[in-house]
Amino acid sequence: MPVSLLWAVDVYGRVYSLSTAGQQWEHCHDAQMEFKRVTAAQQCCWGIACDNNIYLNVHASDLPVRYQEETYENQRWNPVDGFSERLLPSDRWQWSDVTGLQHQPLDSFRLPSDSWEWEADWYIDENFEGEPTEKGGWTYAIDFPATYTKDKKWNSCVRRRRWLRYRRYKAMDTWSKIPSQQTTLPDPFSDISCGGWEISEEPRGRLSLWAVSLQGKVWFREGIYHQNPEGSLWEEVSLPGEVVQISCGPGDLVWAALWEGQLIVREGIGRDCPKGTSWAVVDSPSPDVGAIHVAVGVNVVWAVTKDNKVWFRRGVNSHNPCGSGWISMVGEMIMVNVGLNDQVWGISCEDRAVYFRQGVTSSELSGKTWKVISVPRDGDRSHSSASANSLQSAGYYFSGEVRAQSVVSDVESDTEKGSTDGPACLVTSASPESFVDAPTDHTSDQPTDTPKARIPKVTSDSFISELVSDREPAKTIRDVGSAAPAVLEEETIPGEGEVKAPCTDSSLSPTQSGGLLDPQWSNVDLEEAQGQQAQTAADAESADTCSLSSVATYTLAMEDPYGADEHPLWAWVSGGGCSVDTHSQLNWFNCTMNTSSLVQSVQSMSLSVTPAQTAAWRRQIFEQLSERTKREMDNFRHYEQAIEQSVWVKKGTMQWWRDWKPHKWIDVHFALEQFSGPEGNKDGILFIYYNFYEEKKYLHAFINEVTILVPVLNDSKHTFAIYTPERTKQRWPIRLAAATELEMHDWLALLSVSCCDSRGIQGPPSKQAIWSITCKGDIFVSEPSPALEAMPYPTPCDQMFWRQVGGHLRTVECNSVGIVWGIGYDHTAWVYTGGYGGGFFQGLASSTDNIYTQTDVKSVYIYENQRWNPVTGYTNRGLPTDRYMWSDASGLHECTKTNTKPPSPQWTWVSDWAIDYSVSGGTDREGWQYAADFPASYHGYKTMKDFVRRRRWARKCKLNTTGPWQEIPPIPLSDVTILPCAAQSSVDVVPLWAISNKGDVLCRLGVTTLTPAGSSWLHVGTDQPFKSISIGAASQVWAIAKDSSAFYRGSVSPQSPAGDCWYHIPSPAKQKLKQVSVGRTSVYTVDENGNLWYRQGVTPSYPQGSSWEHISNNVRKVSVGPLDQVWIIADKVQGSHSLSCGTVCHRLGVQPMEPKGQSWDYGIGGGWDHITVRGNSMEPPRICLPSLTDPSAPAPRSPLLARSGEVNSNAVGC
Amino acid sequence: MIKTHLADDKDVLRDVWFGRIPTCFTLNQDEVTEREAEPYYLLLPRVSYLTLVTDKVKKHFLKVMKAEDVEEMWFEYEGTPLKWHYPIGVLFDLHASNTVLPWSITVHFKNFPDRDLLHCPSNSVIEAHFMSSIKEADALKHKSQVVNDMQKKDHKQLWMGLQNDKFDQFWAMNRKLMEYPTEEGGFRYIPFRIYQAMSDRPFIQKLFRPISPEGNAHTLGNLLKEMYPTAIPNDGEPKRYQVVIHGIEPLLETPLQWLSEHLSHPDNFLHICVIPTPTD
Repeated sequence: MPVSLLWAVDVYGRVYSLSTAGQQWEHCHDAQMEFKRVTAAQQCCWGIACDNNIYLNVHASDLPVRYQEETYENQRWNPVDGFSERLLPSDRWQWSDVTGLQHQPLDSFRLPSDSWEWEADWYIDENFEGEPTEKGGWTYAIDFPATYTKDKKWNSCVRRRRWLRYRRYKAMDTWSKIPSQQTTLPDPFSDISCGGWEISEEPRGRLSLWAVSLQGKVWFREGIYHQNPEGSLWEEVSLPGEVVQISCGPGDLVWAALWEGQLIVREGIGRDCPKGTSWAVVDSPSPDVGAIHVAVGVNVVWAVTKDNKVWFRRGVNSHNPCGSGWISMVGEMIMVNVGLNDQVWGISCEDRAVYFRQGVTSSELSGKTWKVISVPRDGDRSHSSASANSLQSAGYYFSGEVRAQSVVSDVESDTEKGSTDGPACLVTSASPESFVDAPTDHTSDQPTDTPKARIPKVTSDSFISELVSDREPAKTIRDVGSAAPAVLEEETIPGEGEVKAPCTDSSLSPTQSGGLLDPQWSNVDLEEAQGQQAQTAADAESADTCSLSSVATYTLAMEDPYGADEHPLWAWVSGGGCSVDTHSQLNWFNCTMNTSSLVQSVQSMSLSVTPAQTAAWRRQIFEQLSERTKREMDNFRHYEQAIEQSVWVKKGTMQWWRDWKPHKWIDVHFALEQFSGPEGNKDGILFIYYNFYEEKKYLHAFINEVTILVPVLNDSKHTFAIYTPERTKQRWPIRLAAATELEMHDWLALLSVSCCDSRGIQGPPSKQAIWSITCKGDIFVSEPSPALEAMPYPTPCDQMFWRQVGGHLRTVECNSVGIVWGIGYDHTAWVYTGGYGGGFFQGLASSTDNIYTQTDVKSVYIYENQRWNPVTGYTNRGLPTDRYMWSDASGLHECTKTNTKPPSPQWTWVSDWAIDYSVSGGTDREGWQYAADFPASYHGYKTMKDFVRRRRWARKCKLNTTGPWQEIPPIPLSDVTILPCAAQSSVDVVPLWAISNKGDVLCRLGVTTLTPAGSSWLHVGTDQPFKSISIGAASQVWAIAKDSSAFYRGSVSPQSPAGDCWYHIPSPAKQKLKQVSVGRTSVYTVDENGNLWYRQGVTPSYPQGSSWEHISNNVRKVSVGPLDQVWIIADKVQGSHSLSCGTVCHRLGVQPMEPKGQSWDYGIGGGWDHITVRGNSMEPPRICLPSLTDPSAPAPRSPLLARSGEVNSNAVGC
Repeated sequence: MIKTHLADDKDVLRDVWFGRIPTCFTLNQDEVTEREAEPYYLLLPRVSYLTLVTDKVKKHFLKVMKAEDVEEMWFEYEGTPLKWHYPIGVLFDLHASNTVLPWSITVHFKNFPDRDLLHCPSNSVIEAHFMSSIKEADALKHKSQVVNDMQKKDHKQLWMGLQNDKFDQFWAMNRKLMEYPTEEGGFRYIPFRIYQAMSDRPFIQKLFRPISPEGNAHTLGNLLKEMYPTAIPNDGEPKRYQVVIHGIEPLLETPLQWLSEHLSHPDNFLHICVIPTPTD
């Protein structure tokens, strides 16, 4: 789980945050004034400062906040001037918005606040509905308003074009004032609360922000979402009384406390009306004492009365926001706050400490007990002991911070040692990092200009440099002048700053490579630099202070080493951005000598691969064992073995989907006989004993002929399929069902080990491995033989052996140096760790290291169908011929809310059924789509001709498994691509591009074979959301936008990893492209109608190519590898027994001079969803045969063979 | 995160299991034979027991002997009777490390040394010995919880795995004996035995935890320091003893828990041999 933050304000108005992975409160240094209150969401934190203004702190992320401004230039034709800006008096403005009603000249656009900056100047949008326009982006029509086309016709009288300009929110990770643009606005604010992000996913990052003024009025901030984090305006909300405090939950709960002591509850909040419509009044929990404070979550309400008693409201949910009754809780608090997952924090009345409510679960929302959060603040002296075991918290936002932490702990051991040695080392203990680090690292490399190097970056941002200049004098005075705790606080920070600094400006010191320093920082990364500017500013500033006054601070520290250790007094806490659940392990509760956490860290040290695998003792054991083998066995291989190998049989009972009609499940006996082959290799035979008309018969398969074992999706049976090359051809595997899931997994693990043994395969997949994924989300790898891409006789595709790897993914992409990334159904990004096994592979079939927990979430959809009748309108009473009133998408199967099960027993429900509004075609406000009849094309509004309607319900389910995958938070992805060919060395940076699930194009920095996860994202600007991307061996990047237009990215190179601009590539006529794959030189795309296209005319000097050539139909997905080999997932492939949907196919006859190939070879399927061959760079052995150019048999042009057969069977069930 | 291309720990288990000692069996000079007995060459599994894997040896020599001259078979190396109830690898490391291969073992059919050796009338005796070792080890590791949770057939699977040299079969079950709660960081106690070449004492076996009370992982060095301090060389002095496990000398800083999981014999004990450094 990614790290998140708990925010708090102390009684002096200082803002602190505590990380879920951390062990101390971090002072928010750039809050240049005191704050009264804060309210946090995951992406930002709002606060009321002592000047009564509202401030916003947007957390820096790899995705910049950009806002697209647009305006239209309109022209009319006249016989004299042709097209000109002279319009008719009745026409729209010459510069207008899209409707033509609003006058919008270019110079009328202003930045909304000082927190924004323009990215560039205005430019013309040349893209029109996915097609490039010529002639300056003009689109033509007969008159305003009308339908525009990109072609000028004889009757085109008007034209218009769109101008675009982007502005960027620059005030990341810093508190910036929300401008009060209205003069009527309000008397000073006294309370603030944000939430509501679960109400709707659109627009992205939408938030509700409620504020209370000193006069007791309530205001709602309109228009807050990702691209507009500040919102647009305050709107007053009418009230039944004067409000003193308000609380807004993540969902649709909003409660407020009135001066009079009652509580009011906002009603009518929904996705169409986040502000709600009316208030309901709820009495104070206690008849005598009024409520003074309230805190709400998704399904909970907590309140505090004026006597500081704490209350929990029973029976609250979104249908009944008022709940049903109060329960008195233990403890006296001045305030409580509910965060994510309905977790609760409070500030106790007695000691003003922050308490966490332990034991809050979805079934026990009131929790069990209050537990004090007893971690020091970053200024406290006890900091040093705490940071020693903070190695674990390696999930920080900036890699620089991780580094700083580890250096700190290193240095501390030095300090301890040093302090016994004499006075010389005491200086070190005053500000250890600056003294220890400076001489060893930078001073030697660049003796004098280190401070200079840092300053330009800081001053490049006027806002920040202002901040620095404001603070510097005051601080120096304080440092020198006083011995107050505040100074001690300042004093520890400089050291950290000193350590952090080198990583932000390492572009200036490329030779610096000590320890963990990442070479990727040598790329000048503007996005990152910006995100970190605030940080850098603080660092530089504190570093300066440090060097100025290290002697002074040293004495202070010695005089009163524990001066700051007094108990902090807290005023406010906000958990709205803090993601804690029942499984979270927090280090917040006792940070003094904690044996169990020590044990844990020792454990993780000895088991984790990073430090220990390379440890000397382990290397020694590996080396000596292989020496022992040489010494004791190599010369004696001819000796007889003491133990003869014998046959080993494992038996069981199962059900088998019998081969003859009518097909059904029958009980069979199942046996695996294992024995050693003639060369000592293990082999086996599988037997299936069944009864055929009272007669005992059996079916068998040799283990060394089995090509794959596939778990099959089935919501009631535990089934799997066994394929051999012959059965792959027939599209008819051996289908078996075990009695229990455990039994099936045991068998699958055993059979899989036997298959691997018989083929001599063990350990992790090679770098050249081909990865594929089934519709069920299971991951398979195949080791390519050199002959796989051989000419003219490649290894037939159906003979490829596939083995399963643990985990659950929707997409996987790799390259030939062994970097593998995956994307889950919930769009989580995962990186392959180098292990194998996981999932049901345990013990020997799985590596010990590199296996981690993996979760995935997907939605199950059902449809509610209704028919209109003249009497009652729409009802759930259909015609007798109609579909089920609750059905699947096809309408053929009844699917009710109660009888619909998760897709397999491995999945469990994690949400309730909810209406899904995100259906293609749109819906009305209740989620309905209308049509003339079932089944038909649906639209999101009702017309006179519509007699039926349907709406989609979604329910989320979750899968927990394990596999060799590690999460890469926090940006969810929809596509990823890795440069396919080999890197020169393990530290060479490998280009990796991705698309976020919102359509942003991203470029990953710092990806090497040693650090396959990379370090950070670089955002690549686009005018529209994207859906597919691929990078070729020569850094040629192609992408497909969501509107199906194709783009080529210019000038991508190691020096310029993000390239410079997009070139629009026209799609094939009338086709909407959906996916692209680029190999060494070949560029292939797939469109929504299943056509495969090859890009003609691509040359080094003209990498965009000239035209699309149709290669095949019936294609779902394509993967082009580093040899320009072409593999696809075919839609439907006919075998001798049945048809299979989703089949792996290999393009035959691909050669350097004939990159389009000739025909398809069919491999494993159906039920396959994804393949990547981008790791296979193994050049095939060269055999020259003259007859090659004349294939004797006419090769099928499309993977679909026109043969009749069964169309029902589909092994993996999708 | 660093991806390693070194071998996985799983490979250590395989290497340990498939360790073999090339052995030359010769019949004792004093045995009465009808004709001269050829020596017999065999690869002995290091993790098995002499009497379990020498059926072929017995068959070979019985061909040249009369039935009445044959009593219980026993083995001797350079005058030392070899205890069949120690794993073969331990016997070799203890008595014949640093000698020329193949290991030359003398086979006797007479004068069974009752004082030195246990009788071994059948494989069921070996099985009983093996299973009792496993149970003892689990008592130390898990208060016997794991082995007691196993069914009879699971115990059989362990034994059959050893008897038939089935690595997968054995480890499919043995894996459970090697588990421990993550939060505890290791077993309760490490089942180990320390053998000394120069002593008549059988072996050292005491209670020793994998984690120190301060929460640090104990190493092989920590164990020896407590159990057999003389085995650890003093600073500056030449190394007097070799500490050998499975024919290799792990570094003293090797974590004991890891050793127990990866270098234990199938009987779940970590057998450690302390032998004098050869003087050559």
